[in-house]
Amino acid sequence: MDAIVQFFEMGGYALYVWGAYGMTFALVGIEIAWLVWRSRRSRHQRVRGTEQRRPVRPQWRRQP
Amino acid sequence: MRRKINWFKYASPVSFYPLAGRMVPWCAAAAIILTVAGLYVGLFLAPPDYRQGDVYRIIFIHVPSAWMSMFIYAVMALYAVATLTLRTRLSSMMIEALAPTGALFTFIALWTGAFWGRPTWGAWWVWDARLTSELILLFIYFGYFALHGALGRDARADRASAVLVLVGVINLPIIYYSVVWWNTLHQGASVSLTSAPKMAYLMLTGMFLMSLAAWMYSITVSLVRVRCLIRQREPRVREREKAAWTQ
Repeated sequence: MDAIVQFFEMGGYALYVWGAYGMTFALVGIEIAWLVWRSRRSRHQRVRGTEQRRPVRPQWRRQP
Repeated sequence: MRRKINWFKYASPVSFYPLAGRMVPWCAAAAIILTVAGLYVGLFLAPPDYRQGDVYRIIFIHVPSAWMSMFIYAVMALYAVATLTLRTRLSSMMIEALAPTGALFTFIALWTGAFWGRPTWGAWWVWDARLTSELILLFIYFGYFALHGALGRDARADRASAVLVLVGVINLPIIYYSVVWWNTLHQGASVSLTSAPKMAYLMLTGMFLMSLAAWMYSITVSLVRVRCLIRQREPRVREREKAAWTQ
C-alpha cells in the first residue's frame, strides 16, 4: 500500500509527472478514438443503401 | 527469362490498401507490447535520478515524442519529394496521413518539456533555441494543415502542400543542432551513435522501448488513416469494399 502511494507521489513531483503523462495519454486516446470514428464512418458510407447491414469479413482478392 | 521487378507496385493506392490492412494488426500489437514494456521499465524498474529524483521520468515520453515529431516530418518530406518527382497519388496521401500524428507528438514534446522544465529549470518556457525551433515545427505542421485544407484535393493542391513540407524541412537540422550551435538551456545530446551513453542502462532501455513504441504507434495510426483516405478517394476500392462487405 505504501509503495503504491509512493508511486503516485513520484517523490513530490506528482503534478509534473502525471500532468505530462496524463496529457499524453489523453491526446493519444483522442487520436485513436477519432480515427476509429473516421474509419467506421468511411466504411458505413459505403454499405448505405444496401439491404444487408451485417458486415461480413471479406477475403481480399485482386480483381482477375 | 528474368521477371522484371515492378518497383512501383505498391505506389498505387489500390494495391497498397490491402497491404496496409495486413500490416495494421501487427504494428498495433507491437505498439501495445512496446508501450507496456517501456512504461514498466521507465516507471518501475529505472531508479530515481540522483539529482532530479522521480521527475526525470518525464523523459520516457518527452524524448520519444520529440524524436517522432522530427522523424515523422522527415518521412513527410521524403513523401513530398516523391509527390513532386514521381507524381504518385499515394505519396501525398501518406503526407496527409502522417501529419496529424507528427503534430500530436510535437505538441506532446513541448507540453512534457514544459512540465519537466518547471520543476528543474524553474520555468515552464524559455525562448531557447531548441524549444523555439520545436515550436516553429508545430507551426509548420499547422501551416501544412491550413494550406492543404484550403486548397482541396487535386494534384496541384497536393504539389503545393508538398512544397510547403519541403520548405519546412530546413527546421529539422536547426532543431537537432540547436544545442551545439547556440548557448542553450536545453541539455545537449546524451545519446550518440558513436560514443558510450552518459545515462544509466535502465533509463536508456526505457527510452529505447518507448521510442520504438512511439514509432510503431505512428505507423499503425498512419496506415489506418491512409486507408480511410484511400477509401474516400479511390472509387475502385470503394466498390470492392462494398461488394466484399455486403455478401
